Amino acid sequence: MPDPTVDLTTRLADATLANPVLTAAGCAGVGRELAPFFDVAELGALVTRSIQRDARSGLSTPRVAETASGLLSAVGQQGPGVDGFLATDLPWLAQRKVRTVVSIAGTTLEEYAELARRIGNSPGVSGLEVNLLEVAADPYQLGKVVRVVRRETARGVAVLVKLTSEVASVVDGAAAAAEAGADGLVLIGGPRGLSIDPATMRPRLGGVVGGLSGPAIKPIALRCVWQVHAAMPGMPLVGVGGVRTGADALEFLLAGATAVQVGSAILHDPSAPLRVRDELGDLLAARGFDRAADAVGYAHRKPDEEPHEELVQR
Amino acid sequence: MSARGPVQVRASVLSLKKVGAYHHLTLVAPGIPERTRPGHFVTLAVGGPDSALLLRRAFSAYRVRASGAYGGTLEIVFAVRGDGTRQLAALRQQDEVDVVGPLGRPFALPKEPVSCVLVGSGYGSAALFTLAARLQERECSVHMVVGAPTEEQLFGALEARRTAQSVTVTTEDGSVGIRGPVTGPLPDLLARTGSEVVYASAPVGTLGAVADLAAQHGAWSQCTVETPMACGIGVCMSCVLPVLGDDGITRLLRGCVDGPVFRGDRVRWEAAGA
Ligand SMILES: Cc1cc2nc3c(=O)[nH]c(=O)nc-3n(C[C@H](O)[C@H](O)[C@H](O)COP(=O)(O)OP(=O)(O)OC[C@H]3O[C@@H](n4cnc5c(N)ncnc54)[C@H](O)[C@@H]3O)c2cc1C
Ligand SMILES: Cc1cc2nc3c(=O)[nH]c(=O)nc-3n(C[C@H](O)[C@H](O)[C@H](O)COP(=O)(O)O)c2cc1C
Ligand code: FES
Repeated sequence: MPDPTVDLTTRLADATLANPVLTAAGCAGVGRELAPFFDVAELGALVTRSIQRDARSGLSTPRVAETASGLLSAVGQQGPGVDGFLATDLPWLAQRKVRTVVSIAGTTLEEYAELARRIGNSPGVSGLEVNLLEVAADPYQLGKVVRVVRRETARGVAVLVKLTSEVASVVDGAAAAAEAGADGLVLIGGPRGLSIDPATMRPRLGGVVGGLSGPAIKPIALRCVWQVHAAMPGMPLVGVGGVRTGADALEFLLAGATAVQVGSAILHDPSAPLRVRDELGDLLAARGFDRAADAVGYAHRKPDEEPHEELVQR
Repeated sequence: MSARGPVQVRASVLSLKKVGAYHHLTLVAPGIPERTRPGHFVTLAVGGPDSALLLRRAFSAYRVRASGAYGGTLEIVFAVRGDGTRQLAALRQQDEVDVVGPLGRPFALPKEPVSCVLVGSGYGSAALFTLAARLQERECSVHMVVGAPTEEQLFGALEARRTAQSVTVTTEDGSVGIRGPVTGPLPDLLARTGSEVVYASAPVGTLGAVADLAAQHGAWSQCTVETPMACGIGVCMSCVLPVLGDDGITRLLRGCVDGPVFRGDRVRWEAAGA
């Protein structure tokens, strides 16, 4: 149970989340898979795997390889496409009143528009998370996609944009997304990496290059959150990358994130998200915070702005 | 109605013994035994929450006891392959292990008391003993073929003798039993016993061959397939293999939730790495 003395509620555009802990796209399926382990409705929000317009069979196997304190994955968006998602997966989530953010991935502007129109106007959807795939690194292309998605999505449904760290300036991409109408930014999609098996002397992944995730990327994700928060203090940021404890989540809040996502930690511990929530509540309480929102960006304070007595760790 | 679906428990090590080339681990894992059916598997976390190994390791359930002096126990048999299994092999009595299970779809059982052949290779045999007992409760006759590359890598040959109507042992180096692959004795055994179902737990290449032989003899086959798994619970899509559906369309199904047991005639073995 979360510490009842700390207010964990978090604003996400027009929605109020019960707490700042979400799942990361691709690591919580479509929610149902986690139901044996905890009540999915208790999440701040569930972020689905990326939904594409058409059914996809994905990349060749192996799709996941373990690296030191990390995970390399190249799945290739296998899934039934938007029809299957709307017919079976979304109703399951809506029925259980799970706060749902649907990750969408298109290959053309038209596909993004169609996904946003169909999913972003469906009952039970609190937000869309735009997975930009190839265009993630180009602020101009990124802006075009976000504008289309925002235009086609119902008012009141948040449009979150997931950004990559693999750019010269993460702030430029963030500014482009904000300018195009993003309600929040998700930082970061895993940077790309490679792993080679010394036995076979070939790349470990069928797709050769994969996204790196897990504790190995946490410092990179934190750095991105820090930089974007410094440049755009009012922008809601969702930190993702290597969160597996409440302390990790606290670091992200202090760096400027309003919420965090738990991704590959779920593969290690399927009940990780609510554990992270509870640990975060305890840590905030121990530091004298009454509200999670007060911790957001707290690490940016100036050296002479000393914390109130009650905010120093006891 | 018995309990269903997986649970996540903090198990503790009751014993860890070396058996030939393998490690036989017995865990006190309340809640898991009463849910487990033959063919189910479990996943173990390696190390605590801050372990550098982020993926759980999957193992077939070897034996389960719902109640006993220590509460429910779960047994697995494993070979040391890399870091994860090396660390598991170093567990000590009373160490805690995070276990999720039972997972996957179990073996389908015949409705009639027919004759069945069970084929196990290496540690794969461990998955077959609770199945053999279940089949015998249904008055099926059970013929086991237990094979391995070497005698040291054989698992459960003696136990098979106590359990099954007939047992055939094979080793690739001929150190014990018939020399050659575990599939060697199958054609003759299938013909002789008129078996209608073949159950197999073996590496993918062997499973493809077993499925073909079963089909040639008009038997249906149930194969438990080991695909690399990152989550074991259906969220990550890493464990997929191509399987032919009732509608004639081949789809990439998840080994962890749609399997690990598949009909042998439905798996596209050549594309599944066989
Ligand atoms: C359904 C199922 C049942 C299994 N039952 C047993 C069993 O009863 N006894 C036993 O000894 N082994 C079994 N295995 C294989 C066992 O999971 C692997 O040997 C183990 O994960 C290797 O981990 P490692 O860290 O020692 O090896 P490494 O090679 O270092 O592992 C690296 C990564 O690859 C994965 N991996 C490597 N080989 C396999 C494999 N064959 N299958 C799945 N994942 C793999 C690991 O999970 C890990 O993420 C089973 C696998 C599956 C999928
Ligand atoms: C198996 C797996 C599948 C993923 N699938 C997606 C996906 O479909 N869409 C997406 O935007 N990100 C996907 N990601 C990236 C995660 O959402 C997240 O950005 C990344 O894993 C970093 O967070 P973590 O360290 O908590 O795992 C995936 C990651 C993993 C490990
Ligand atoms: S192992 Fe993750 S979906 Fe099967």
